[in-house]
Amino acid sequence: MSASQSPHPCVVTIHGRSKPRVLFSGSKLVEVDLPVGSRVIYPKPPMKGLPDVDAAIRYAIDHPEGGEPLHARLRPGMKVTIALDDISLPLPPMQRPDIRERVLDIVLPMLKDYGVDDVHLIVATCFHRPMTAKEVERMVGERTFATYWPDRLYNHDAEKPGGLTEIGVTDAGEVVEISTRAATSDLLIYVNLNFVPMDGGHKSAAVGLCGYRSLRAHHTPGAIRASDSYMDPEASELNHRVVRMGRLLNQHLDVFTIETTVNNRMFGNELNFLSKNEDDWSPREELAAKALVRTLDALPQKARQAVFEKVPAPYGVTGVFAGETEAAHKKTLQACFEQYAVPIDGQADIVVTGVPYISPYNVNAFLNPLLVSVLIEGYLFNLYRGAPLVKKGGTVIAFHPCTDQFDRDQHLSYVEFVHKLLPKTRDAMELHKKYERDFASNPAYVQLYRTGNAYHPAHPFFMWYWGENGRQHIGRVIIVGADNEYIPSLLGYETASTFAEALQMARETAPPDPSLTCLHICPMLMADVNPLDEDDEASRGLRLLPGGA
Amino acid sequence: MGEPSPHSAPAPAYRATAYFDVDGTLVGTNLLHPMLHLLTQQPTPLQSAKRIGKALLAAPALAAAELRDRRRFNELLFSHYQGMSEDRLVVLAQQTHERVIVPRIFKGARDLVAQCRRAGLRVVFVTGSLDITVGPLAKELGADAVIANRLEMRKGKATGKLLRPVVAGPGKARLIADDARAVGHDLGSCHAYSDSASDVPMLSVVGHPFCINPDWRLRDLARAYDWAVLDLNRTSPGESRQ
Repeated sequence: MSASQSPHPCVVTIHGRSKPRVLFSGSKLVEVDLPVGSRVIYPKPPMKGLPDVDAAIRYAIDHPEGGEPLHARLRPGMKVTIALDDISLPLPPMQRPDIRERVLDIVLPMLKDYGVDDVHLIVATCFHRPMTAKEVERMVGERTFATYWPDRLYNHDAEKPGGLTEIGVTDAGEVVEISTRAATSDLLIYVNLNFVPMDGGHKSAAVGLCGYRSLRAHHTPGAIRASDSYMDPEASELNHRVVRMGRLLNQHLDVFTIETTVNNRMFGNELNFLSKNEDDWSPREELAAKALVRTLDALPQKARQAVFEKVPAPYGVTGVFAGETEAAHKKTLQACFEQYAVPIDGQADIVVTGVPYISPYNVNAFLNPLLVSVLIEGYLFNLYRGAPLVKKGGTVIAFHPCTDQFDRDQHLSYVEFVHKLLPKTRDAMELHKKYERDFASNPAYVQLYRTGNAYHPAHPFFMWYWGENGRQHIGRVIIVGADNEYIPSLLGYETASTFAEALQMARETAPPDPSLTCLHICPMLMADVNPLDEDDEASRGLRLLPGGA
Repeated sequence: MGEPSPHSAPAPAYRATAYFDVDGTLVGTNLLHPMLHLLTQQPTPLQSAKRIGKALLAAPALAAAELRDRRRFNELLFSHYQGMSEDRLVVLAQQTHERVIVPRIFKGARDLVAQCRRAGLRVVFVTGSLDITVGPLAKELGADAVIANRLEMRKGKATGKLLRPVVAGPGKARLIADDARAVGHDLGSCHAYSDSASDVPMLSVVGHPFCINPDWRLRDLARAYDWAVLDLNRTSPGESRQ
């Protein structure tokens, strides 16, 4: 592949007068002095939000991508189920009104106008924790909540005896099984919020409303290993399997998909400087950053996390696409990549990344050690198209305390996974074959999933698999700032007390004059990596200057 | 009245056993509830009054025994059955089950036991209650076996003594270890559920200990050891799931 002519404006090269980069280390911020010649990838500026979101929703459902408009599919007395994405999207939760509330406020009156009274709303949690009543109310709005909760608005229960109906089996032998209520409806409307390219499309209904038999078709180490990047649907084996299953589902069920995209305005004005190049900060922003770093250092963990969670993200809605699942999703993906994808020339020998306090699986909870690994080797590694940002066998230097702490309500089964199973093996295949089934059927954990606030006991396994392609690709992970040695070693990581020490360690196994790239996340970004050959790399100067850091 | 060991042989498909304490764990009763019902159901009101009066006089000793020695507590408690005929006890036990126990079964108890069965676990109730009172509950919830206390009978009447071994406190741990060995299950793969700190030995010998509506002492231990805590009064419909 040929190299592009000049780097994207979001790609910055560190020079002699560059300021330290400010990266997340859990709920703290750390200043990192990158060596001269390092490359830093910043998120693109937020795309402009739609000026009239309600009008865009109306337009999308009246002018769908494939098939008839929503109103033309309605008839009096029909049975309709509306499924909704859960609280794992977006991150952090968006300012009210949540886009799902806005969609419901338009769709539900339309159903009523057309004489459709048999309407259920299901939060498509699959094996995620159930959302609390308060969280659901915030997501759907007071009016819908008051009308439908709890009898006709509820979380999906993938373990309810008799609660799932088999739709069929794909040619590849994958069992398609979803919520009986949805399966027996005349129309299934799915209201999605597409945060990353892995979301949405057939994954919405075929995964969000399914049970363990269906999940076992794709939530496996094999599917993840075979996914070049699961954030790139075309290269994702996970996605290919889900698409097969979703297509079968849509053959048997009338599905009307409503997808929405948001920009990457994760922070309000007060913290917006965190998404900018540190060299472009105004004196005021620089002062605010210094104050924030020191304040966070002085606060206890809960208070630190609260600083970031106090203000919901002011995301702007950038697109609403409705109609046939694949046609609508194609438009959604375009909008996603337009916001996130930063073109990058060449992979790096060493990738440096901050690891934030939040993931899709710890909303209103602590980012436990297993989720740290999901971020490093799963989500952050997979935020690419073309080729991984780090070269095969390369080193990732990540900042995180790796505290041995778990949320007892949401992640109790994770404790047993991390402290009982990982010491036995880190081999995802062995965990999958030897331990997953028994663990996933643990009656107490299943009970906590069904009636408490907990993730399903299969979920920690899925989380370990989520890092499997990263684990196979990355040579070393070095953690800077860990508050203990045990957890990083359990996860298969090395530790360093300072960035300089980590860099020295990384250099020991890297080629001479290694290239270094820093992923400046959050907000969200993806790297569209154009892998260069050695000559191209040399000509583009993708090497650290000697003696950096 | 049979052995304090399983009523039924394990089916070969079971991969491990789930041991459940009963009172306070699956049912909102304690050992006193069934006993009080039995005492009030004597052939004449005078006999009932006599037995209740005797029980009230023994209450301080019972309270002291509960604090010090669970086994002694059980022995004192069941001494009040002295002189009751076996056939009458069996009839009254069924009545106690229907009137006292069934209304107090926790909402999530049936689901949890059913989930154990679906997970391939043999279900055994391990309780200080009498086998005659817990038997109907085992049938109702679908347990495979019961390890419970048994009254000594002579000439068809209860002597007021318990047959050995008495099922209580640390003794439960040994009994379930014996049971697991007898059916060929590795204790490390077995599960145990209880509400009481007096059952910590039983919880400690299995690989998968869980607490249900625990008392404060057990809740503290659960927090320290990361044992899961379940609330069986919380069920899905109308709360978070359907």
